[in-house]
Amino acid sequence: MSATGYNFAYLDEQTKRMIRRAILKAIAIPGYQVPFASREMPMPYGWGTGGVQVTASILGPDDVLKVIDQGSDDTTNAVSIRKFFVKTAGVRTTTSTSEATVIQTRHRIPETALTENQVLVYQVPIPEPLRFLEPREVETRRMHALSEYGLMHVKLYEDIARHGHIATTYAYPVKVDDRYVMDPSPIPKFDNPKLNDCPALQLFGAGREKRIYAIPPYTQVVSLDFEDHPFEPYRHDAACELCGATSSYLDEVITDDQGTRMFVCSDTDYCEIRRSSDGQERVTEEVQP
Amino acid sequence: MYVAVKGGERAIENAHALLADVRRGDRAVRELSLAQIDNQLALGVDRVMCEGSLYDRELAALAIKQARGDLIEAIFLLRAYRTTLPRFGACEPFEPDAMDVRRRISATFKDLPGGQVLGPTFDYTHRLLDHELTEERETPAAPTTPAKTAQFRSVGDLLADDGLIECETSLDAEPRDLTREPLSFPAGRDLRLQNLARGDEGFLLALAYSTQRGYGRNHPFAGEIRYGEIDVEFFAEDLGFAVPLGTVAVTECQMINQFKGNAKEAPCFTRGYGLAFGQSERKAMAMALVDRALRARELGEEAGAPAQDEEFVLSHSDNVQATGFVEHLKLPHYVDFQSELGLLRQLRAEFAARETDEHISMAQDAAE
Repeated sequence: MSATGYNFAYLDEQTKRMIRRAILKAIAIPGYQVPFASREMPMPYGWGTGGVQVTASILGPDDVLKVIDQGSDDTTNAVSIRKFFVKTAGVRTTTSTSEATVIQTRHRIPETALTENQVLVYQVPIPEPLRFLEPREVETRRMHALSEYGLMHVKLYEDIARHGHIATTYAYPVKVDDRYVMDPSPIPKFDNPKLNDCPALQLFGAGREKRIYAIPPYTQVVSLDFEDHPFEPYRHDAACELCGATSSYLDEVITDDQGTRMFVCSDTDYCEIRRSSDGQERVTEEVQP
Repeated sequence: MYVAVKGGERAIENAHALLADVRRGDRAVRELSLAQIDNQLALGVDRVMCEGSLYDRELAALAIKQARGDLIEAIFLLRAYRTTLPRFGACEPFEPDAMDVRRRISATFKDLPGGQVLGPTFDYTHRLLDHELTEERETPAAPTTPAKTAQFRSVGDLLADDGLIECETSLDAEPRDLTREPLSFPAGRDLRLQNLARGDEGFLLALAYSTQRGYGRNHPFAGEIRYGEIDVEFFAEDLGFAVPLGTVAVTECQMINQFKGNAKEAPCFTRGYGLAFGQSERKAMAMALVDRALRARELGEEAGAPAQDEEFVLSHSDNVQATGFVEHLKLPHYVDFQSELGLLRQLRAEFAARETDEHISMAQDAAE
């Protein structure tokens, strides 16, 4: 059941067509930021309007939707966006990564490997990887057109000169298909290797900045680095205290006023599967519209 | 043992229930009606319609009520509603000269055809809290007199008769619409004016003020400010002629600014233009000043001030975008923060190790 008075998945079909055209162009030019006529959505800019518009445009009645924020299905904004689609599209939702056909995410890539039958939709705050080096859109577009990425390498070099390390820990820039430098959205650089050669289609939506970009399946995505300072993903040197995982990305949780800490998986679905007795996926919790 | 936070869904539902409760407030106090908001908080309704880009007093009043008087939140509600509405087309351009004027003043001529019409204004009032308004009371109707003139020619046009002010050239092409296509730079004046009309009043006010204080000074005069109602017509393809859609109240401001001229053009006055829904004089004036500031490059003026920087102004004027992005910092950022924390710890450990090394080598030096 969809909400009365609104089209399936909220956006009208004309708008969806416009967004789909932008998505197709984005897929045709991997890593290139396609301007699109972003609509005002009933949630605030900066809270996932780009991802929501992309999801609304690709969602069909048979899709199974998963929404995560910081790796978790139960954070407030993920809940809010999931409920939005339950209400406006009436689609089935899930918290299971492997069961979902469309996964909208903010700041994480699920730990469970994605498949060809899945689309990962990222919410993007600032799509322009060069923005903090050059504030002007006219300039940055020119730099992309000419593949003029020297400024970015100088920035990374200055990090090394100052700190001995590249001091970018999230939204770590990547080069897509050996052409465009792209902002992978503020995922931790731990997740960067998962962008590469991924069987799933990856779509990026920036609502406020009115840009869509894409990484088609099985595309080469390289994190920028230097021969003598190769890219290194960061992970807390600990195991998840709930499931014992030693290879997942961890959240640090402060448990008392004395500052005692524990580390737990950021990907709650991954952690729950590991903790369930048989290691099998549990039955999907369906949210009834 | 502490387990990672769960229960977001129920917490949200409860928070929304609480919001609905406090929105209503003390049940012993009578609930606000939309008609009350529309009539007695009319200027708030005007602002919400203007920046919400939707002319509908009742919906704007509803938005204000729902937003508990937070006008930016109300603007957001109206915009989110507007985006779902089907679009039939654009209205015919209207001529402000045909306005049914309720207020019209010029700061450049003591008297002019049609005269100065003050209308309802806060100007010249003493800003003393009127304690008589604390209680409900009868307000006598204002005295009225029939208007002397039906039409008021604009001050700009009067100056143009003598060639003292630049002539506006009309745009043959269909004006662009930034709600239907992404803004790209450089933007034409049509898009700039649309952006400013939707822009945040406070932001435009501050920018306009900065031009007066020397950051992009352009010597403005308030050529004319008028407020009144104007008929809106729509060209119906099926009928082959324009049909009236209704009337909208608008405020128009024409600023007259100095222009020194250059090798090709003689000195003359130039214009900055502001138009806003309802009685929104502050907004229309600020808009006109910023519009003129943004024309600096076109007029070959030095352009280094913030108000003259098109990308800076147009990218940051929208309060719905701005409030969304500023307030999104309330969303969880655990993941990014953890990454930063990891790097910071590593850098601090390395720093401490270096210091220890230096102490050891210094101690060794001293011992030798």
